[in-house]
Amino acid sequence: MHALFSRLRYAGVGAAVFLSGCNMEVLNPKGDIGADEKSLILIALGLMAVVAIPVIAMTLWFAWRYRSTNKQATYAPTWSHSTKIEVVVWTIPAIIVAILAVITWRTSHTLDPYKPLASDAKPVTIQVVALDWKWLFVYPDYGVATVNEVAFPTDVPVNFQITSDSVMNAFFIPQLGSQIYAMAGMETKLHLIAREPGTYAGLSSNYSGEGFSDMHFQAIATSADGFKDWIAKAKATQAALNDDTYKALSAPSMKVPVAYYGSVAPDLFTHVINKYMNDMSHGDMPMPAHESADAKAAGDMPMQMDSHEGGEAMSSPVTPVKAEK
Amino acid sequence: MFGKLTLDAIPYHEPIVMGTLAAVLLGGLATLIIVTRMRAWGYLWSEWFTSVDHKKIGVMYIIVALVMLLRGFADAIMMRLQQAMASADSAGYLPPHHYDQVFTAHGVIMIFFVAMPLITGLMNLVVPLQIGARDVAYPFLNSLSFWLFVSGIVLVMVSLFIGDFAATGWLAYPPLSGLEYSPTVGVDYYIWALQLSGLGTTLSGINFIVTIMKMRTPGMTLMKMPVFSWTALITNILIVAAFPVLTVTLALLTADRYLDMHFFTNTLGGNPMMYVNLIWIWGHPEVYILVLPCFGAYSEIVATFSKKPLFGYTSMVYATAAIGVLSFLVWLHHFFTMGSGANVNAFFGIMTMIISVPTGVKLFNWLFTMYRGRVEMSVPMLWTIGFMITFVVGGVTGVLMAVPAADFVLHNSLFLIAHFHNVIIGGVVFGCMAAINYWFPKAFGFRLNERWGKASFWCWLVGFYLAFIPLYILGLKGMTRRMNHYANPEWQPYLVVALVGAVVIAMGIFFTVLQFYVSVRDRKKLTDPSGDPWGGRTLEWSISSPAPFYNFALLPQVRELDQFWEDKQNGVAYVQPAKYEDIHMPRNTGVGVVMGAFGAALGFALVWHIWWLAGVGLLGMIGAFIARAYDRDVDYWVPAAEVERIERSRHAQLQQFQTTQVAPVAAPSRQKVA
Repeated sequence: MHALFSRLRYAGVGAAVFLSGCNMEVLNPKGDIGADEKSLILIALGLMAVVAIPVIAMTLWFAWRYRSTNKQATYAPTWSHSTKIEVVVWTIPAIIVAILAVITWRTSHTLDPYKPLASDAKPVTIQVVALDWKWLFVYPDYGVATVNEVAFPTDVPVNFQITSDSVMNAFFIPQLGSQIYAMAGMETKLHLIAREPGTYAGLSSNYSGEGFSDMHFQAIATSADGFKDWIAKAKATQAALNDDTYKALSAPSMKVPVAYYGSVAPDLFTHVINKYMNDMSHGDMPMPAHESADAKAAGDMPMQMDSHEGGEAMSSPVTPVKAEK
Repeated sequence: MFGKLTLDAIPYHEPIVMGTLAAVLLGGLATLIIVTRMRAWGYLWSEWFTSVDHKKIGVMYIIVALVMLLRGFADAIMMRLQQAMASADSAGYLPPHHYDQVFTAHGVIMIFFVAMPLITGLMNLVVPLQIGARDVAYPFLNSLSFWLFVSGIVLVMVSLFIGDFAATGWLAYPPLSGLEYSPTVGVDYYIWALQLSGLGTTLSGINFIVTIMKMRTPGMTLMKMPVFSWTALITNILIVAAFPVLTVTLALLTADRYLDMHFFTNTLGGNPMMYVNLIWIWGHPEVYILVLPCFGAYSEIVATFSKKPLFGYTSMVYATAAIGVLSFLVWLHHFFTMGSGANVNAFFGIMTMIISVPTGVKLFNWLFTMYRGRVEMSVPMLWTIGFMITFVVGGVTGVLMAVPAADFVLHNSLFLIAHFHNVIIGGVVFGCMAAINYWFPKAFGFRLNERWGKASFWCWLVGFYLAFIPLYILGLKGMTRRMNHYANPEWQPYLVVALVGAVVIAMGIFFTVLQFYVSVRDRKKLTDPSGDPWGGRTLEWSISSPAPFYNFALLPQVRELDQFWEDKQNGVAYVQPAKYEDIHMPRNTGVGVVMGAFGAALGFALVWHIWWLAGVGLLGMIGAFIARAYDRDVDYWVPAAEVERIERSRHAQLQQFQTTQVAPVAAPSRQKVA
């Protein structure tokens, strides 16, 4: 089976080389997730080529061979059924899809963006907030925050916790692998790891309005020391991210330059998520008392897009934030 | 008095819009003058606008669709030009505000107002003829469907010049499409245009299901029904199952925007993810609604031009039905990246792949129809072969993205854009072009010019690959969709090639227009005296071209699949009956036009919060419908003598054609195999 896959991979590589001539970022990954996804793409392409290439070839060949001017070719004007052929044309695609289905099932689990990466190194947690129209990155363990630039050490798993304080966006660093949506009032998760130092393009891949096109950022994968220096540089910045500065930052703006915040209000990320949830009990539509009590009782976890648990839990109000209208 | 509508709603400061407005006004004025000078208003009104004849309604759908294709394609060229320019520091020529509306309008127009009417038009034109019926089950409803669809178009076109259109992307995901983030009327235009035309589509769906189930000619059991009609049946079942979901989803969005509700808002318990699910529960069947009838058209064409019955008719029917069912079980593959979890993602990914099995079977069936045939390289056949090759590529990339973990790096990239254009252009557009070339003689009595038809095909084919292969590559280079400008200059060369591709497609469209012009000019030379220009197999080819308004003088008896072909083989195809009968036909009515007009007024009024006008529009629609319900004069009888007169002249013409064979271009090889 593995030998077959590696052969299929080469077939896929052949197709890719045929298409390229230059660097394709997605097929030139710099981390484990991206690398696995690249080989998955090539294997799947290779598998499908088993059917696709003969079909294309047969189309051209039959059209040429049986063209009306070619009187040499056999003509069978009433032939329209063959159980043998029917069995073959149902079975072969079915087999290929069955193989692909197994691969799909496996990779959907192994490459699940929610799955933490196994590693001896202690992961770095980065909280990501999609704003109109820039990215805010908060490092809860270091108490710093940045705008439109994110850094992490290589060979260390990075746990992204992602939300939006506006419309839907998607957080995506093509050369490192998977993307995931950023949605208000919810936390999505993404686990990535970089294996090569470098600066990679990051962007929003889900259209979010007028400033969307400039909603990109730089993802810096660097050595452990380089990361320490980068954190120190951020830490040394005077600017602090508190309620006021956050409010100013979250107002819609475009082409926002990179910025650092030397300190961050604690629980900022949770506040951003919960403020949409708190509306339930603190908005301008008062709710009966027992309902808000239920909401409180429902759980203490922030609302997560975490279907592994089979659903979403209601968040508990952390700090009452007045619903903005 | 005018709600939110003020003079400021007209975008004076946008030269591109104003230029377009001037062109539209001048063009419209010129059309009005020409029609008036030709004194054609009465003719248009009595023969076309008020017609309940399925063939004329079909033709009107297709004409409107082709006009809208020009609008949608203008949007496409504007986007390609913008992206070809807006590299690195250049901002291009379209500011985001305008560009965002352009790509939204492009998607909305191409799907709802080009592809849908092409499909509906073809079904209208062909299905009753194929199943041996004299019209659809509800002829008035059919006219109403068409005019509701037109009222939707009117709203979309008006939005260009009064106010703005949605800048949300063609599916208007909330919260972006909610009032907080889209406070202008753009999304409201979107909502009401789709609601009006969607209502028409749902009515059409019901109409065609009943027509196909109840009005097949005697002897035509379901398994003797031509494949195109089969695909039409499945498509209309999908329409009836899926479009109400769209209607409800948009109604909930409307409630958010108009009534301060919170179905899909970020706040107060709204859930945008629900909208995304709902819209794709409609949206994925929608792509099969579009492509299945095209599969049907290809099946008819490939059998006709290979001079053989369709290979594996039964498995074709089952494959179509299977695709229809499966199309409702795959919607989540449009948002694997929402974080639904591995089990859910894997399920929907695998369901998606399973669809490729019946689809692949269809391809093989077309292949083995060509096998040991005598393949005539006519224009419809060229489109079909072009489709078969192109669609394989689109299918492969589609299945690739059905693997969730692969989709994690391809989703929302230009790879996705290339993929769905690959299947929609390669499948739906090619199919409609093939079908138009194939059935045109049946509608108008003359064939389309081959030369310009071929020129158009080659431009579309080459243009398609030039325009979309670069997008596949750009997707792999990490470029996402809907970008107004970009910082990475490496992308620009690919986008320039894509622009060139779009220009080549533009030439293809131009050649199609030229093809129509040349064909109308040379219609005498291209005339189809036999009614069977291609050596057809199904019932529509047994009657004259253009088809008489009552379609069949006597309902044909069906014993075989491809009954007409059998009849020709046995020499009984054109036997004149001993006696004709009176024929019961529906009478034309203007109520559809009136209801469409009130509908457009209602939509416009709701967009601008002009409540009195909305009341007028709604009451007008209801009132017109009630008035129609009390109208007892809705049908009439064509006397047998009249039918006999028409059929006599048809047979005289046929006899002359068969004995003298003087047609300048002989019907291709019909005689060779007979």
